[in-house]
Parts: sequence; C-alpha cells; structure tokens
Amino acid sequence: MATIKVNGTEHRFDGDPDTPLLWVLRDELGLTGTKYGCGIAQCGVCTVHVDGTASRACITPVSAVEGRAVTTIEGLSADGDHPLQVAWRALNVSQCGYCQTGQIMQAADLLGSVPNPTDADIDAAMQGNLCRCGTYTRVRAAIKQAAAQGGSR
Amino acid sequence: MSTSRSGFENVSRRGLLVGAAAGGLVLALRLPGQAQTAAPKFGADGMPNGWRDDPRIFVAIAPDGIVTVTCHRSEMGQGVRTSIAMVVAEELEADWSRVRIAQADGDEERYGNQDTDGSRSLRHFLLPLRRAGAGARTMLEAAAAARWGVPAAECQARDHVVTHAASGRSAGYGELAEAAAALPVPDREALRLKDPSTFRLIGQDRLVELIDNRDITTGKAVYGIDATLPGMLHAVVARPPVYGGRVVSVDDTEALKVPGVLRTLRIETPGMPSEFQPVGGVAVIARNTWAAMKGREALKITWEDGPNAVYSSDSYREMLQRGVRNPAKAVREQGDVDAALRTAATRVEAEYYIPHLAQSPLEPPAALVRIRDGRAECWACTQAPQVTRLRLAQKLGLQPENVTVHVTLLGGGFGRKSKPDFVLEAGLCSQAMDGAPVKLTWTREDDLHNGYYHTVSMQRLEAGLDAGGKPVAWLHRSAAPTIGAIFAPDPKVQLPFELGMGFLNAPFAIPNMRMENPEAPAHVRIGWFRSVSNVPHAFAVQSFIAEMAHAAGRDPKDYLLEVIGPARIIDPTEIGDAWNHGEDPRTYPIDTGRLRRVVERAASEIGWGRQMPRGRGLGIAGHYSFCSYVAVAAEVEVDDRGTMRIPRVDIAIDCGPLVNVDRVRSQMEGAVVFATGLATSAEISFRNGRAEQANLDSYELTRIDSAPREIRVHLLPSRDYDQPLGGVGEPGVPPVAPALANAVFAATGKRIRRLPIRDQLTS
Repeated sequence: MATIKVNGTEHRFDGDPDTPLLWVLRDELGLTGTKYGCGIAQCGVCTVHVDGTASRACITPVSAVEGRAVTTIEGLSADGDHPLQVAWRALNVSQCGYCQTGQIMQAADLLGSVPNPTDADIDAAMQGNLCRCGTYTRVRAAIKQAAAQGGSR
Repeated sequence: MSTSRSGFENVSRRGLLVGAAAGGLVLALRLPGQAQTAAPKFGADGMPNGWRDDPRIFVAIAPDGIVTVTCHRSEMGQGVRTSIAMVVAEELEADWSRVRIAQADGDEERYGNQDTDGSRSLRHFLLPLRRAGAGARTMLEAAAAARWGVPAAECQARDHVVTHAASGRSAGYGELAEAAAALPVPDREALRLKDPSTFRLIGQDRLVELIDNRDITTGKAVYGIDATLPGMLHAVVARPPVYGGRVVSVDDTEALKVPGVLRTLRIETPGMPSEFQPVGGVAVIARNTWAAMKGREALKITWEDGPNAVYSSDSYREMLQRGVRNPAKAVREQGDVDAALRTAATRVEAEYYIPHLAQSPLEPPAALVRIRDGRAECWACTQAPQVTRLRLAQKLGLQPENVTVHVTLLGGGFGRKSKPDFVLEAGLCSQAMDGAPVKLTWTREDDLHNGYYHTVSMQRLEAGLDAGGKPVAWLHRSAAPTIGAIFAPDPKVQLPFELGMGFLNAPFAIPNMRMENPEAPAHVRIGWFRSVSNVPHAFAVQSFIAEMAHAAGRDPKDYLLEVIGPARIIDPTEIGDAWNHGEDPRTYPIDTGRLRRVVERAASEIGWGRQMPRGRGLGIAGHYSFCSYVAVAAEVEVDDRGTMRIPRVDIAIDCGPLVNVDRVRSQMEGAVVFATGLATSAEISFRNGRAEQANLDSYELTRIDSAPREIRVHLLPSRDYDQPLGGVGEPGVPPVAPALANAVFAATGKRIRRLPIRDQLTS
C-alpha cells in the first residue's frame, strides 16, 4: 500500500509497488496528460515533477514517490496559464501535441533553476524530450519567451 | 511510352480502398489491355465516397450563436481541425472567437472521403468546405430577409450578424439559426463565394491559435491512448517476431498468475499478405496496462518463424545492389540512352541506399473498443476512420452501420495510423471479454518490431555529360519492395503511385532518359511513411545531380537549374506518370518554372555562393511531390572529429494558394526535423527476420540538440484561389536529406550515398 500525493491530493495505491508512476497516474488516477512513449526514459513524454524536479514517470516505481509530491501537467497551474503554457499557445508550438505536456514540464523545471536559459542550457535540459513532429525551434522560442515573462513562477 | 506495365492500375490508397465496402478484394487488379469502362475521376471525385458540401453536415449554429464546424479529417499535427474551422468560418463570416470544432465519426456516406493521407485534406476539401460555409451564410441571410420581409440580396452577413442596411435592422446568427436551418440548402451553382481579396482568415500571414491549444497545453487533449470508459480493461499483444510467423504453442500459466491479469487470447491472423489485419499472437487482458505488460512478459510462446526468417538487411542490400547493376524492365524511356552513354565525354555513376524506417509517432497505436447490444463502439487514433469501421465490422461479424468509430486526436500519424490492425486487435479482445471495454496499447517495442515499415531502397544512376558538361543521358534504376505486398502475394515491382513519386516523373531537360524498376521482394510489411517513395527517390536524384555538377566542374545550384531546364509545363502522363497523385494532369501539370523558383529562392535566402569557413558547406535540393514544389538549402558544419551540426536550413515551398499560413510554416519546420532524423540517425535493420532496433535508444530520432538550429521557411504563395492547391504535410520532407548530404560534401568532400549518415563522417 503506497500513499502518493499528486497535484496536492493524496491517493492510496494498493497494487504492485513496482508499477511505474506513469501507469498509476494514467490508469488509476485518470491523469492522462502524462503520456506513454517508450517506457525506458528515452522520449520524455511522461515527464512529471517529483518534489519539483523533472522525472520520467515511466521508469519511476510508484513506491519511490511515497511521501513525495508529484506534479503533473494537470497540476502545473490552476488555470492553465503558467507562463510556459501561455507562451506555448502564443507561438502555436504544438503540432500533434502529444509530447508537449512533457516538454512543458521539462521546461518548467529548467526555468525553475535557470531563469534565463541560453541555447546551450535549453539543449542540455530538453534533449531528453523527443518531438516526432519536429517542433524544436518553437519549443526553444517559447521557453525564451516564457523566461522573458518571468517564466519560473 | 505507357506506364501500364503491370496488372496493377492506379493502386494508390484510394484504389486500394475502393473495394473495401464489400470487405473483399482490396487490390484493384486489372488485366493488362483490359479496357477502362468509366471516364477517369480525379482529385476528391476519385476518392471513395468523394466529397460533400452540404452546410447541414458541416455547420451547426446554437441559439447562443456558437458555431460548431465538423471536421471529418483526422488531426495528427498538421492543424487540420483549425484549418477546416477557418475555411468554414471565413465563408460563413463568423466571429472566429465563437467558432468551435467537432470531430466526425467515421462515416464517409455522410462526410465524403476521410482517409487523411496523401497531403490532400485541403487540396480536396477547400472548395467543398468553402461552399458549406457560404451555403450556411446564405441561409442565414435568407432567414433574416424572410423575417424582415426584404430581399435577401439586401441582407449582409458579417461578424456573426446579418444586417439590412437600408432599414438599420440586424440579427445575430444565434437568433437566426433555427429559421435558417429550416430553409432549403442553396443551389451549389448559385452560391456566392467570397472574393479572396476580402479573406480575413484564409491565407492571412498571421498566427491563428490552434483550436486545440488549451487542451494540449493543459493535458486535457484526448488521444487514442487516453480514451477511457468505466470498467475499462487493458490489453497488450505478443506478436510473432517475424512477419508471417505463427504461434506453435503457448503456456500462459505464469502470465495468469500476475495480479490483475484476467485472461489470454489467441489472436488469429490471415497470414500474408496481412493487409490491415492483425499479424496474430497472444493477447493478455488485464485490469491495468502494467499488469498486461507483466503478463505478456510471463508468456511462454513457441513461434514458427515462417519464410521471412531468412530476411537480413545486409544480404538483402547486396541482393538489391545486384539488381540495380543489371538491366531491368524499363518503365519510362525517351531517346537512346545507351548510345548517348556510349558517346558521352564524361560518365557519372553512383548508387544510393536508404534503409527501412518506422513512422514511430510518439503516441503508439492504441484503441478502445466496447461491444453492447450487437453494436461496437471504438475510439481510435486512426487516419482512416471509414476503413477502420469496415474492417472492424467484418472482424466482429457486424454490419458497418452497427459499428461506430470515434476519431480521437492522433499523437502523430505519418502513415502508420492509416492501418487499423491495432483497432481490430482491440475489437477481438473486447469480444472475448463479452463486449467489455478494452483498450489495447502497442508498446514502443511493438511499434518497431511489428510495424508497416517504410520501404528499403537501392538505386543506381548513370549519366552521360557532353564535352561542355551538359547532361545528355540519364539512366535510373530504383529497386524497393512495394506497399502492394501487403495487399497481394509477392509482387516484386513498384506500383504506379510509387514510381510516380519522384522517379518516373523526373521533369528534367535531358534528351535521353530511361528508368528501370528491378524486382525486390518484400519480407516485412511495407507501409506508407510520410512522403513515401519520394524520400528515397529525391535522395538519390538530388544527390546525383550534385555529383554530376561536381563531375562537370559546375556550381551545384546552377547545374540543378540546368537539369530542370527552362520554365515549361509538362503533362505528367507524357513522361510516363499516369498516376499523377490521383489528380487531373490538365489541372495539375508539372510546372518547371515553379520548381526553378523555389530552388532560386532557397539559394538566395541562404546566401548561396558565399565564402564558407573550413568544415562548413552549403547544399541544395529541389523536389516536386504531392502537387507542391519545395527546395531546401542547408548549411552543415562538420568538425575535425566528424561531428555534424546543422546551423541553418532554408526551405522554400510553392503549394499554390495558402489556407492556414502558420500551419504551412510549421509543417515545413517539422518536415525539416523529421527528415533530418532519417538523414542522420534513424534506421530499422533486420536480422533473421527480426527488427534489430528495440526502442528509441537504438532507433534514433532527431532531438533538440541535433536538429537544425535555425529553420527559415519561405512561402511563394499564390493569391489566385482559382489555382489548385498543392499538398503541405508531406512535400517538405523529400528534399531535406539530399540537401544535407550535398552540404556534407561541400563541407568535407565526403559523398554520402547511404543513409543514415550516422558515423560515416568519423572514419
């Protein structure tokens, strides 16, 4: 039995403690904004925050987040208006959109530690987040725009 | 000469699907010489179930004035939901802030063709959807006129309000909607479409926010993998590691011990050719996805591999190579190539190879099906909703009218999701669970191991140049297993639609040309992949022209323009391409002037001819596909250790008149990145019939740090909306790889003839 705190709410999970956090979020809690893409932490579409740090939910056993605070895209902002979300919409970053929640969560972690990231900072932080549609130039631009708007929030 | 060189006629996606309603033969097999009875149909007319333009199908207006436009095409990142809403809103004179979108179920009788592929949503539906919007606008004006007792011609709709200027009366769309809906639909011929000079959404170079933006950025957007029903079960399938393989025996004892696993199910397969059917295997159905995956790991299955266990990419490449080194059946011939090659002052020869690729949309195939009271309902990320409906009905023994296919958002498609095998698997699982809702998910390993792969291609080109370096002879052999192999037993030659993708229809000013198609059997499922056969053909042709330029001591851009020749209009059927993207050759000829202009534009934008520092080079390529003209100029930097960077790419497109300008730009940006992946790092190879790449650690896609740092998109738009539209989703891809390879040559002197480039620069 694990107790996990997701987006400020506590949930009890009595399944296999090895179950990746990803599947608990998606199948048990109905938080489908966190995506499956590879299951081996190669694509980043499952990115959530654990105690404020970007983590790949697909390789994080639910037992490892017991007593820690998990934030998903659904909990990033109350109204969907985190500066990154605003910038993402203003620049029409998304194509299919599937990877974008993971991109935003990763970028939020970046801006939390580096308020005004350089291109090299963005490369280093975001290289684990694949986008098959190829939105990278706009991802980069949106991160910079959000940073300029005080994006770490 | 004619291209009717095989028994297959016009087997494009549309041809394949014509027979679908009967659920039987899907290959439009026609005997050579058999007369064609009906006049050929082109464009949307030639697609199964054609097009519709009835405003009552596409437009709904609520009493509060909210306009809901129905999108019958699948959204997979091309922006079609936004673009279709824009088109209808434009003609409807709607206030954009009050426009919503609804996604159509799979129902081509109602909506017209829904196969979202071939870069044709707007090419085929711009005009019908403009008419739908204009029809609704006309009905609102008529309703207002009737209410006020004035001539309809005096009533003007604009910004969600109909106004009668003479009397100063006005009424909102919401208050007129009910009366308008009761009026007859205006005659198509009498409809007044807007003058394009008054467009406020279509073709405007300002960013229109994506209609799904908020849902996407807040995690509320629902893709196939996200579909959920109460009491839903989850399934994954263990499939044969080799195409055509079968389960000999299965021991599921341990699998059934995994907590949450409910049962296993043998998935039957018709074998080869698989068409859109499951490849068979054993499904594990469980209470959650993780349990299903763990249960699958615990299965003990003995497989019989079948005849494709011999398939290994290394030996197959050698076989293809032998094929292209020998004469093969000519599919286009003009002049006397052999004589011209014999007498040429200079001969150039080269061979080019592109491996299999996987579409690998980041959302893998996934679908939810439930069956109740003799009716099946499915939620799926499908590019082909109607085909999905027909195949699911057939699989479950139901009539199509008792099957509903809800189309979710697609987390990328790239051709993979045109094949509904995964939906059929979900249907079988639901059926086995007495109709309980079952969501079936493909893992990434499944996606790479049991896919519909992009063809593998070997091509040989030979050219003769005269003493002045001018091209006088062109011999091109293209060997690649055909997509037709998923529909018919063992076809070995490319189909007309594959030949017509940048091979047969090379619009070059070379007097002697011959194209040959050596045989290439398929050992895996071959499927549509974004841009399809244009990818290998453009790579070989555009690389080779640069090699010819080098042999002639000429500038590659100038030489490319010389090969294209002067601006002229070419009837594709006269150079052997009867397919012509399914379009009327009179409406859609090849215009070499347009091809020249995109090449010139890309070159000038990147500063072609400028002095480059050591280790840097520029490359260029231009290609016609999906009725659009695209050129790419790339700047590449290769350091002393052979590490390649791409500081900048300029891409120029002429796709005729534009609709959603921002989405044309984003498709070009995305195409550059997508194609950078296949040019530099992505490969699916086979050994003993098994794909060697297991996941995204070994199937390497382009990441933010390896993508071109700057991508500049240049549009050569037409303001003439009577001009036919070209496609946008695919034509950006083909010229990218050759432009990069040509830039690598300029930077290093190393000629890339095999993709991906990967470590070729380090040796």
